[in-house]
Amino acid sequence: MPEDIISLIQGSVIQGRITKDDEGMDEGMVGQPGVTELVERALASGLSIKEIITKGLSGGMNIVGQKFEAGEYFIPDMLASAEAVSAAMDILQPQLAASEIKTKGTIIVATVKDDLHDIGKNIVSILLRGAGYTVKDLGNNVNTQAIVDAVREEKPQFLGMSALLTSTMARMAEVIQMLEQNGLREQVKIIIGGAPVSEKFAKSIGADGYGADGFQAVAVVDALASSIEN
Amino acid sequence: MPRKGILIHRPYERLTKEQVELTHQASMQILTDPGLISFNREAVDIFHSHGAGVESTAGDHQSWQVKIPEQLVLKALDTAPKTVKLGARNPDNTLIMHGDDPRVYLITGSETNIWLDVDFPIYVNKADPNKEIKVPEFKPRRGTVDDLCQSAHVCEHLEMVDGYIRTVNIQDRDIIEENKDVNKFFASLNNNTKHFMSGLTSLRQLDNVVRMAELIAGGKKALEDNPIISFITCLVKSPLQFVEDTTDTFIEVCRRGLPIVVSSSPQAGSTAPIKEAGIMAQINAEVLAGITLGQLVKPGTPVLYGSVPVRARMDTLGDSYGSVETSQYNIDCVQLARFYGLPNYSTSGVCDPKIPGQQSSIERLFSDIVVTMSGPQFLHCAFGLLDCNSIFCLLQAVLDDAHFKMIEFFLRQPRIDQPELETMLKQMREVVATPQKLYISYIRPVLRSGEISAVYPFEGSGETDDVFELAYERMKELLTKPVQHIDQETTARIFEEIPGLLPRLNVYERKS
Repeated sequence: MPEDIISLIQGSVIQGRITKDDEGMDEGMVGQPGVTELVERALASGLSIKEIITKGLSGGMNIVGQKFEAGEYFIPDMLASAEAVSAAMDILQPQLAASEIKTKGTIIVATVKDDLHDIGKNIVSILLRGAGYTVKDLGNNVNTQAIVDAVREEKPQFLGMSALLTSTMARMAEVIQMLEQNGLREQVKIIIGGAPVSEKFAKSIGADGYGADGFQAVAVVDALASSIEN
Repeated sequence: MPRKGILIHRPYERLTKEQVELTHQASMQILTDPGLISFNREAVDIFHSHGAGVESTAGDHQSWQVKIPEQLVLKALDTAPKTVKLGARNPDNTLIMHGDDPRVYLITGSETNIWLDVDFPIYVNKADPNKEIKVPEFKPRRGTVDDLCQSAHVCEHLEMVDGYIRTVNIQDRDIIEENKDVNKFFASLNNNTKHFMSGLTSLRQLDNVVRMAELIAGGKKALEDNPIISFITCLVKSPLQFVEDTTDTFIEVCRRGLPIVVSSSPQAGSTAPIKEAGIMAQINAEVLAGITLGQLVKPGTPVLYGSVPVRARMDTLGDSYGSVETSQYNIDCVQLARFYGLPNYSTSGVCDPKIPGQQSSIERLFSDIVVTMSGPQFLHCAFGLLDCNSIFCLLQAVLDDAHFKMIEFFLRQPRIDQPELETMLKQMREVVATPQKLYISYIRPVLRSGEISAVYPFEGSGETDDVFELAYERMKELLTKPVQHIDQETTARIFEEIPGLLPRLNVYERKS
């Protein structure tokens, strides 16, 4: 029976179904429990949080990743699955602190001052949540000082910044400089993204990583997380 | 169930109603003054017996001036069917064309002498021998029966191709005038189950190809009900001349009651006036003259109003199918055919360059899009053709199929109605209330429903342009897919009854 719930959770992640009202990919899914109902049921039946996360949610996302690689899934499918995982993690959050499971970390994301273009940042946020990170989204057109203040107060492991305009990408450098001036730079890994920026630009302003797209962003944050652990 | 074609909901029109009416009136005047010169005696006799004015003309060749009165033309327009059915070996490939219904069927063709082979040799960078690239190389050669079989085979599997006009002239050593028609008909029909249209090389072969079609269709009556073949003749040579031999062919096809295209191909600047008003009035008169003759031979003969107008190149005085004016002329002709309520045979996609590339893509796509938008029923859209109509490249045909898929998508009827708008407003209210404010989750229900256009099918994965290579792979893949050949018993009867067929075309003999 517990194995059945785990495979149902996996299936819901693959289908990208949060609740029983979601359509998912296949016909006739409406009415069947979504990932949130299944996670509640799994907790009630005594399954460990670790098993729910590693076998159910992450297991489902691994299969989704394989389907994407094979061209069977598209980005909207990946995002739907990531959102399902994110919703499940919200349910598990209160119990995570008391468990032996270490979370993957917290990341603050923001689109920098004078830039309203935040689609990419929003997609990255969804994917990071789906990958198991706690994401605090400051929004768009975020003042440099506000980003620095958030790093000071929240003490995240990661900071992600985005910009779409060549005129606003320099704000990222300003944030990094201000973090240095405030003695906060060493406590946070910084990743940047956006159409006008590049790996080379990331290095030039002292960022730790660059993601060309949402999937690369998750991979880069994962790699930085490993380097912190080691 | 006939093929669906592309239904144009609001056909693009260039001419006003008044301009169409004026062109019609000018054509009527042309048909009586100067009328047409006929080099075909039988046509002259037919016109004369129905009250047309006929006068012998001076010159080396025997010819007559034929003046066709308006009432004869109007009567012909009355008896010409407004709906034409073009049958097919596979009934699901039937084409039903109504003169007042802008449903476009896409057809291949036409005959080219040169077949373009494609290869992808590897070139090494002199400065850096580790750098290699594959470059498409195109090699022209004379077309053969085997090439025709291959072309028919691939076109059977090209989704957007609704009917088949042979794309390559067969020039094997064992092909002569007396066996060319039967072999081109058999090679095409045996490798393609869609409607087959062709011209005739020799009128003496007409009864043989019709008999072949009867055997395939299941008898004379079955062929009448399901005309799996049709013909195209350029009986009128511009300006305003009935040609002796093609008019003979036209008359004989009409007598047999099979569908036929009355085609005229004036060239603006040389065989027609360079001004649009002139070429339009002339081509319309030429096509109407042919239609009138056909209806006088046998009232009710299914005819298509065939128009292949083209502008002359100013540097060579050759045809310039890639010119913008050529598309304009074709669209005008679609309107004229619709004015008469007759199904129209139109042309697009013919381009000037000799190999696939940027010029060929731009020229053919331009006319493919705009002429399709005008809503001709039978669009000879030059799948794979290059160098005007001289070269055929199968790789280009595969590309054209993909591009027509995009055009089909573009021409879909928009869905904006009250229920749809209500759904959209609900979505907006939901999305605005979320932190991310993205509509992405609403994509999924339509992602695989066909409502979203597909990514370009030959898009490469890296920085290089892999279009030709990927299209070539697709072409090879299509060649491995089986085709439904004519059954063994019918094939045996065809080879028994029809003289001149090449034994190597009998797939059952080859297997044994």
